Amino acid sequence: MPTAQPKSQQSAQKALSTELFDVLVIGAGVVGCAVARRFTLEGAKVAVVEKASDILEGASKANSAILHTGFDAPTGSLELSCIRAGYREYERIRDDLGLVQEKSGAQVVAWTPEEMDKLEEIVAQAHENGVTDVHIVDANTLRAAEPNLSERALGAVNVPQESIIDPWSAPYVYLRQALDNGAQVFLSCAVTGGAFDGQNWQVETSNGALRACAVVNCAGLFGDLVDEAVLGEAKFKITPRKGQFVVFDKAAQGLVNSIILPVPQEKTKGIVLFRTVFGNLAVGPTAEDQQSRTDASTDHDTLKGLIADGVDKVPALVDMPVTAVYAGLRPASERKAYRVETVPDRNWITVGGIRSTGLSASLGIARHVYGLYESHGSKHQQLTDPEKPQAAVLAQTGERDWKRAGYGEIVCHCEMVTSREIEAALNGPLGARSMGGLKRQTRATMGRCQGFYCSARLAELTAGKLEPPLSEEFGHD
Amino acid sequence: MTSLTLTNPALNTAVPIDVAIIGSGPSGLAAATVLKAAGVGRVVVLEREQQAGGIPLSCGHPAFGLREFRQLLSGPNYSARLVTQAQKAGVEIHTQTTVAEILRGGVLTVATSDGIFRITPRRVIYATGVRETPRSARLISGARVQGVLSTGALQSMIYLQQRRPFVRPLVVGSELVAFSALMTCRHAGIRPVAMIEAEQSATARWPCALYPRMKGIKLHTSTQLVEIKGNKSVEEVVVAGPDGQTRSIECDGVILTGKFTPESALARCGHLHVDPATGGPVVDQWGRCSDPVYFATGNLLRPVETAGRSWAEGQQTGQWVAQDLSGKLPKPAKSLNIVIQGKHLKYAMPQVICPNGDTEGMVDIQMRVTERVSGTLVAHSKMGPIWKRSLNSRPERRIKVPISEIVSQATDGTVNFEVEVPSK
Ligand SMILES: Cc1cc2nc3c(=O)[nH]c(=O)nc-3n(C[C@H](O)[C@H](O)[C@H](O)COP(=O)(O)OP(=O)(O)OC[C@H]3O[C@@H](n4cnc5c(N)ncnc54)[C@H](O)[C@@H]3O)c2cc1C
Ligand SMILES: Cc1cc2nc3c(=O)[nH]c(=O)nc-3n(C[C@H](O)[C@H](O)[C@H](O)COP(=O)(O)OP(=O)(O)OC[C@H]3O[C@@H](n4cnc5c(N)ncnc54)[C@H](O)[C@@H]3O)c2cc1C
Repeated sequence: MPTAQPKSQQSAQKALSTELFDVLVIGAGVVGCAVARRFTLEGAKVAVVEKASDILEGASKANSAILHTGFDAPTGSLELSCIRAGYREYERIRDDLGLVQEKSGAQVVAWTPEEMDKLEEIVAQAHENGVTDVHIVDANTLRAAEPNLSERALGAVNVPQESIIDPWSAPYVYLRQALDNGAQVFLSCAVTGGAFDGQNWQVETSNGALRACAVVNCAGLFGDLVDEAVLGEAKFKITPRKGQFVVFDKAAQGLVNSIILPVPQEKTKGIVLFRTVFGNLAVGPTAEDQQSRTDASTDHDTLKGLIADGVDKVPALVDMPVTAVYAGLRPASERKAYRVETVPDRNWITVGGIRSTGLSASLGIARHVYGLYESHGSKHQQLTDPEKPQAAVLAQTGERDWKRAGYGEIVCHCEMVTSREIEAALNGPLGARSMGGLKRQTRATMGRCQGFYCSARLAELTAGKLEPPLSEEFGHD
Repeated sequence: MTSLTLTNPALNTAVPIDVAIIGSGPSGLAAATVLKAAGVGRVVVLEREQQAGGIPLSCGHPAFGLREFRQLLSGPNYSARLVTQAQKAGVEIHTQTTVAEILRGGVLTVATSDGIFRITPRRVIYATGVRETPRSARLISGARVQGVLSTGALQSMIYLQQRRPFVRPLVVGSELVAFSALMTCRHAGIRPVAMIEAEQSATARWPCALYPRMKGIKLHTSTQLVEIKGNKSVEEVVVAGPDGQTRSIECDGVILTGKFTPESALARCGHLHVDPATGGPVVDQWGRCSDPVYFATGNLLRPVETAGRSWAEGQQTGQWVAQDLSGKLPKPAKSLNIVIQGKHLKYAMPQVICPNGDTEGMVDIQMRVTERVSGTLVAHSKMGPIWKRSLNSRPERRIKVPISEIVSQATDGTVNFEVEVPSK
């Protein structure tokens, strides 16, 4: 795993590109993708550098895939305004870019009288946050909406606009739109240092140098390290907070209609039961502070605990088979708030500590960051008729590829992934270079058999294209 | 479901279909062949893979065909024989034809590259077999890295693609299929570092003649897989031995063998009742499902039997479906529910018995235990104990209870089976 090196190691590096970019975006997580898109649409010449071979390999790899309304975000915070703006923009561009949004709504369920007492407060905050349709529902109304919920549910706060989305297709298409409108992406390039000459940046990467007038650091779990490596200091420190999940079989999806949230505790939003747009029901995440920025391992006892939590809330989950387990790492800093730090005299903006709402807020964050950039005196000519690439259709309610003739063959049977989709993902502009990338772009092997039926065929179709490879040829002895 | 094209040139939907069979494994092919022999008109087998034949297609080693052809065949040769037999009998086999959805009354949504369409055969035989339980569902701790495979995936990779995913894996489990995993490894020059089994002894009765081939690969019993470690691919595993002590083993892969589970996705996501104990659809003694247009057969019924037995079950199912088409099976009516109790029994199949039928169906209730047990297998009806027998069994050993002995004592309501173990 390449990590940022101290800038003292700088040497005269070969250039990755001779171009002088207006803006260099470090990191292609959901935030970097949205920032690259915004700057491109505003008319800036953008380069994105990403250390992994595929985008979305960091915090954005695994989350709950909820598009938040901001009903429970800290009132008056930058986070709240970015979530609100992000939600609005998502709805605005959704149809243009072929994005999915299922307005499942959420129920913040009270399981004890003490939690019942807190519901009013939640509604009051939501209204103050501008989410005015949030309201309390009594036990009967809740039961009618969620008949499979345990009898113990006493009542809830209903949040009608909370939605579920595809957590990967969205950032992919944000970056695709940047690309299609002139941005450049440099994968497998880890930023290791850089220098500002008073006018422009020369940023060193593991693969060569790039020049740009301004830099936006969106390195997520490594945001503080990149600041340290290039600026010499960071104003915050990332302490990753792991969240583990269990995904149940698709047979479970009918058991829950909305997102089932707990009444929030001190530290986290707590364990959530949610449907995915792919047709599963999942439970999670946990909140576990750790030092490692890469270790997203899961553990047996925690997973069992999550299942028990799910069964406790929805008793019919008791014999439900598990399809998948996963964990994500939140880029948490020592404060709850987003850490957007600017160094105006060096044309540098750091977008750090986007802990647990970045998927929802990214489009809003991108607007905010562009605003900061402009306020420092830069100006471009907004694109008038930008290209509008279409997101991959992976949601089960969408017009999936297998429903269109000429798909070739169905390779992954559980998720109905076609050979046409796999070819497209391997050969497209942001072509998959790892199995993780291929999964996010197609869902291959993400279903109930987890590759029992299709691993062999995938090994053949991806031969020579993925790192690490799924297999190698062997000679007979 | 949108964009249903109405006809498909490959599968002529204009001509009515008498029986559609989902899955072309040994059981599906046997059922189809028997149906044609019994004079049933149009019999079509729908298979989602590129080739017909089911699991044996990817089993390169010779262990098939004794029951069916009185000779030892490799999996692919065995499958080829079954396919030829079916085609000769007049069965239509459509590959790369996926049943995407099953609906009430036998309506099937079928996907092919030429388009999606619906068919409504008079009967459907559901024969989609078993697969192994993946890492995720086993809730194994550790990093989510590449190089953790089931035997099935490994066999397909090696025998169908001549590719291998690793060279020094750990083998987990000791059911018979773990032995296939070892032979498959051998074929590809893969040298497993060890084999572990959580129980005190190997699950399978290992064929003695094959023991020497294991040379150099040690089986550690009472040993659990605790954690998988690695950055992108497997680099190391942590196991816990009989004394609970953990230790690390360096390796570049993990083969998770066995823990079979029926491939019952269509039933789970559709309307058929699924038995959480078998993982397959709930059936009566003719394999008839909760929607009586559907019959289940082969390993879908329960984990797990050999190809030979699945084939024999398919033949019987073919007979029963032919009889049902000519009105000879009793309508599903007042029936006896077979229920398991206690921690020792893993499942019982069939789950429902129709006591008033003249047509003979399955002779036995099939059962398995969850762990090594000796005691008494007892059946209770609401009247009290109605049947018992001493039982000394282990996981994956066949247990058969004659249906006739049960229906002579109870004809409706519920019969509960339990293993009673004398307290020490
Ligand atoms: C368990 C969990 C549940 C969540 N649920 C939700 C939810 O339901 N809704 C929601 O809105 N949000 C949710 N989130 C939050 C959301 O996932 C994060 O806020 C978001 O992913 C942060 O994205 P990022 O782009 O800031 O960081 P990252 O995704 O970490 O992106 C940073 C990128 O920078 C790259 N990088 C790092 N160092 C360098 C370098 N030196 N050079 C070049 N590139 C570099 C990395 O490889 C990475 O691709 C959840 C998060 C977790 C963990
Ligand atoms: C990894 C593994 C190794 C095994 N090794 C042996 C062995 O060495 N010897 C032995 O005797 N037994 C072995 N078995 C047991 C095996 O299940 C039986 O041999 C036999 O294949 C069972 O036959 P079947 O017809 O029930 O199912 P299968 O052979 O599994 O056939 C089911 C068929 O249904 C198809 N199908 C599934 N869903 C759909 C759908 N929606 N639409 C269309 N088609 C569908 C599948 O593609 C498959 O071809 C093994 C099983 C596994 C999983």
